[in-house]
Amino acid sequence: MPTGPLYPLTPHPLEIRVLTKRFGTPNSASIDTYLADGGYQTFLKARQMTPEAIIDELKTSSLRGRGGAGFPTGLKWSFVPRTSPKPKYIVVNADESEPGTCKDRLLMEYDPHQLIEGMMIAAHTMGSHKGYIYIRGEYRYLVESMNVAIEEAYAKGWLGKDIQGTGFDFDCYTHSGAGAYECGEETALLDSLEGKRGIPRMKPPFPAVAGAWASPTLLNNVETFSAVVPIIRDGGAKFASYGTPKNGGTRLLCVSGHINKPGVYEVPLGLNMMKFINEVAGGVWKGRKLKAVVPGGSSCPILRADECDVAMDYDSIAKIGSMMGSGGMVVLDETTDMVQFALRIMKFYQHESCGWCIPCREGTTWLKKMLQRYHDGMGQESDINLINELATNMLGRTFCALGDAAAMPTISIVTKFRDEFVDYLSKPSMRELVGIH
Amino acid sequence: MTFSPALEQRFAKMLAGYPEGRTRSAVVPMLIYAQDEVGSITEELIQEVAKRCGVERLKVDEVVGYYSMLHRKPMGKYHVQVCTNISCLLVGGLELYEHCSKTLGLGHKQVSPDGVFSLEEVECMGACSWAPAVQINYDFHHNVTPEQLDGLLDGIRKATKS
Repeated sequence: MPTGPLYPLTPHPLEIRVLTKRFGTPNSASIDTYLADGGYQTFLKARQMTPEAIIDELKTSSLRGRGGAGFPTGLKWSFVPRTSPKPKYIVVNADESEPGTCKDRLLMEYDPHQLIEGMMIAAHTMGSHKGYIYIRGEYRYLVESMNVAIEEAYAKGWLGKDIQGTGFDFDCYTHSGAGAYECGEETALLDSLEGKRGIPRMKPPFPAVAGAWASPTLLNNVETFSAVVPIIRDGGAKFASYGTPKNGGTRLLCVSGHINKPGVYEVPLGLNMMKFINEVAGGVWKGRKLKAVVPGGSSCPILRADECDVAMDYDSIAKIGSMMGSGGMVVLDETTDMVQFALRIMKFYQHESCGWCIPCREGTTWLKKMLQRYHDGMGQESDINLINELATNMLGRTFCALGDAAAMPTISIVTKFRDEFVDYLSKPSMRELVGIH
Repeated sequence: MTFSPALEQRFAKMLAGYPEGRTRSAVVPMLIYAQDEVGSITEELIQEVAKRCGVERLKVDEVVGYYSMLHRKPMGKYHVQVCTNISCLLVGGLELYEHCSKTLGLGHKQVSPDGVFSLEEVECMGACSWAPAVQINYDFHHNVTPEQLDGLLDGIRKATKS
């Protein structure tokens, strides 16, 4: 089991702890701690609000999905047909598996009731009475601790029938995955929730209309649901004010790699990336120079050091051709072998491709083989263009975003670090006879 | 096929939690929870899960082939999973995996002859800020050095011998 808290006990001055405000409190996961801090009162407040008013607050907050795609949450909530006669479901994506990302883990470990309350507010908004938390199989300890939190909430009358005399019923369950990155894709997650292989569905219809068991489903990331509570509690305008226009609030950044203080930090959107790296995360380790940054999980196009003087919000990072993604920031120092790095990324996507559509299944396989051959010293200069071309041909031609997720970092690495690929050709020690298997 | 009372209770609760007529939904969690008790996904277990969830045997079998944590053959009593994905790779995850492989004398997904250990090079397990990371069964170990891993493995060896 993890020992000791997984977050810095003293917040850095540049941090604003909104979602993580209870992290330092003893027994922060217990319902008593939560209730003592005004927990579940926001649900009661939401009960007095109309669904339209709640969605308006979310729109005002300019909260955007914290899972990776960054879709405006208020808009997503407005897509669910609330008056549909079908049952509606709330589903939490806790299948955190984007390489570099380890934040939802902390939100569930240290503040599970905030997540449950976020689900309850969503349920009230949609007229839903059942919610499922889909947790990746590797996070078994969180399945168990979320179950404890759910039990506590039932015992104290915050889940179940006629919650606190409001006349509202809501049941909440955990659901374990069993090891599949693809199940983080929302329609694959729904298939997995239905007991099938996690394969993406054709869209439309979108999950909002036909999601779990062909019913309207609201599906958001753990951090997104958790953020709903402070937004409804303090108002959307307050949350928006932490960030920049259209990029409201704070978000949890998980920084890893060649960095002095790896960790999970809650920072306002719009904070300068270099300021974050140098001040909050303590700078590049061993006094070395920065080579590159993966801004938000391995699927994001990589940024060269000279591109990193940028505001960290969805729009600013999109403007320089990458993504804020899942908040998983990986820092690479000047010694990083970019060929090995590109290969490792592709090995991952090849392993995790569900095999449903050909451009992804074959594309990731061939890219892995070519990068492996290149890495093993059997490459040719023409391979660099071939890798780039193959990856480019995958873009936008796959069922779900996994194909793009594999192609984007690859294209950016071979383009931005082409010199290193060329230098690799003259590495004699790497030359061994390796065929393509 | 029956399971421990605790697991039976868990299954009963789980099946009641899905909407009416949607018991197929329990397939994936039921398989992984049962695997922990049975040791692997056996043919008998596939049939049992199919029966309990009310689906054809094949619909369970095809799920087993998809999820990387489901194993048709037993892994070791202590399944050592070393992450070598990017965050771990940058801070010695690959060296840690190679060290572990040498120490245990096992390759990827191999099981020791006495059944105590198995090794797997795994994908990102969500411990990126505390890399390199290792999971032994479901327990996370963070910022692991080769020496610390040796210590962990020695501890297990001693505990299983006594």
